[in-house]
Amino acid sequence: MSLRRLAAATVVALLGSGLAACSDPSVPAVDDSHPKRLTVYAASSLKPAFDQLGSTFEDAHPGTLVDFNYAGSSDLVAQIEQGAPADVFASADTKNMEKLGAAAVDPADFATNTLEIAVPPDNPAHVTRLDDLARPGVQLVTCAPQVPCGAAAALVEAGAKLDWKPVSEEQSVADVLGKVESGEADAGLVYVTDVKAAGDKVEGIEIPAAVNATNTYPIASLEGAKDADLAAAWVAYVTGPAGQRVLREYGFGRA
Amino acid sequence: MRAGEPALPRWAWLPAAGGAVLVLLPLAALVAEVPWRDFAGLVTSDSARVALGLSLRTAVASTVLCVLLGTPMALVLARSSFRGLPLLRAAVLLPLVLPPVVAGIALLATFGRRGLLGHVLEVAGVQVAFSTLAVVLAQTFVALPFLVTSLEGALRTAGRRYETVAASLGASPTRVLLRVTLPLVLPGLFSGAVLAFARALGEFGATITFAGSLQGVTRTLPLEIYLQREVDPDAAVALSVLLMAVAVVVIVVARRDRSGL
Repeated sequence: MSLRRLAAATVVALLGSGLAACSDPSVPAVDDSHPKRLTVYAASSLKPAFDQLGSTFEDAHPGTLVDFNYAGSSDLVAQIEQGAPADVFASADTKNMEKLGAAAVDPADFATNTLEIAVPPDNPAHVTRLDDLARPGVQLVTCAPQVPCGAAAALVEAGAKLDWKPVSEEQSVADVLGKVESGEADAGLVYVTDVKAAGDKVEGIEIPAAVNATNTYPIASLEGAKDADLAAAWVAYVTGPAGQRVLREYGFGRA
Repeated sequence: MRAGEPALPRWAWLPAAGGAVLVLLPLAALVAEVPWRDFAGLVTSDSARVALGLSLRTAVASTVLCVLLGTPMALVLARSSFRGLPLLRAAVLLPLVLPPVVAGIALLATFGRRGLLGHVLEVAGVQVAFSTLAVVLAQTFVALPFLVTSLEGALRTAGRRYETVAASLGASPTRVLLRVTLPLVLPGLFSGAVLAFARALGEFGATITFAGSLQGVTRTLPLEIYLQREVDPDAAVALSVLLMAVAVVVIVVARRDRSGL
């Protein structure tokens, strides 16, 4: 019995360490065919747009490989401050970029994002406008006010003079979207780009521009970049016409 | 050490020390991060107290559920034999290796509004999603294997001799179970329950996926820690140490009670 337990514990431990190794972005994969590597830390909401830009950038710069680490902006800032090997940082708000101080070289605003109401495709609570979110019986999910998407939701709530009672205040937009996609929530407040990326899994309902909140996304190469020229080239690519065109496609606004 | 008592080979101390360092060093580093001057204020804030209260209530409820459901499960696993028993044992242990987020998704697929039992629950007027009940379900799901494995181990170690004697003296199966088997494995049941409580207290991934996060309803201490990290890393560290302290107190007190049995 004890031997068997030991074996089981070993398997669990090995599984755990194996998984950790796979998901650990700090473990570099050895690949001699790509001598130049660029590591971009970017807010989760940028994933679809940056994935596409990454492959076109690699095509335009043969022999270059772009690695991405997508997470919440504040998580990324914490990792960069702890010495993570990031060359470029793209944040979902200016506040997190400012936390890096001089470590971020000349941050430039490159995109904006606004909120939108997401409902399940069959819209069980018949939400058609912003006021409906405050209606009793509507299961509304938002981000917690402590995270950027929640701060934006609070601005919309105040701007529209509404008083809604969310059934859950989530950690991230992805969590909010998950609750709407699974039909647990009747409505959620997420970014326009999230609704677009979710395809037909959710239905989007626009928020009047007069009361909507806007997030500005800054990007900067970082002080400790392995190849400062390559990092600057990525920033120029994202802020340039090609990058901007792709960002528009994914629902981001012009900064 | 008494003379004649077999000694542990000396080399065993080295890996043991290595293991202890691996576990204790990060905990010590965490404690070193605590801003002690503000500690009292950080751990007694409104949101912290509400989260701790919710964590304790839900972890106790989950432990009770684990004991009520897990004890018969351990008995079946240890004392019966039928085709598929090894498979059943593996399935029961699965939550141990399942990433908690996956556990949360599985629970959503079962108890969610559009889940397997969603319609039945709706007719019965029970809403699980975004409720404290969802937190308890998530904690019970991840904590149950801890109780079942330690109790099953205790049952196997205890053996069947006393049960056989009691039965031969004419005791009914229920009487054997209540008067012989359970008293024998009470320490095992107790340590299993403590493990289950500790696991429930630390539950995070399944809760945030399945139950959501709302102060006083579903935002337990681990969720509060994760949220505080966004705005106030000091508060997150202080609350983590508080959670650790609660777990240590429970384990130490439980051990002492157990040795007194």
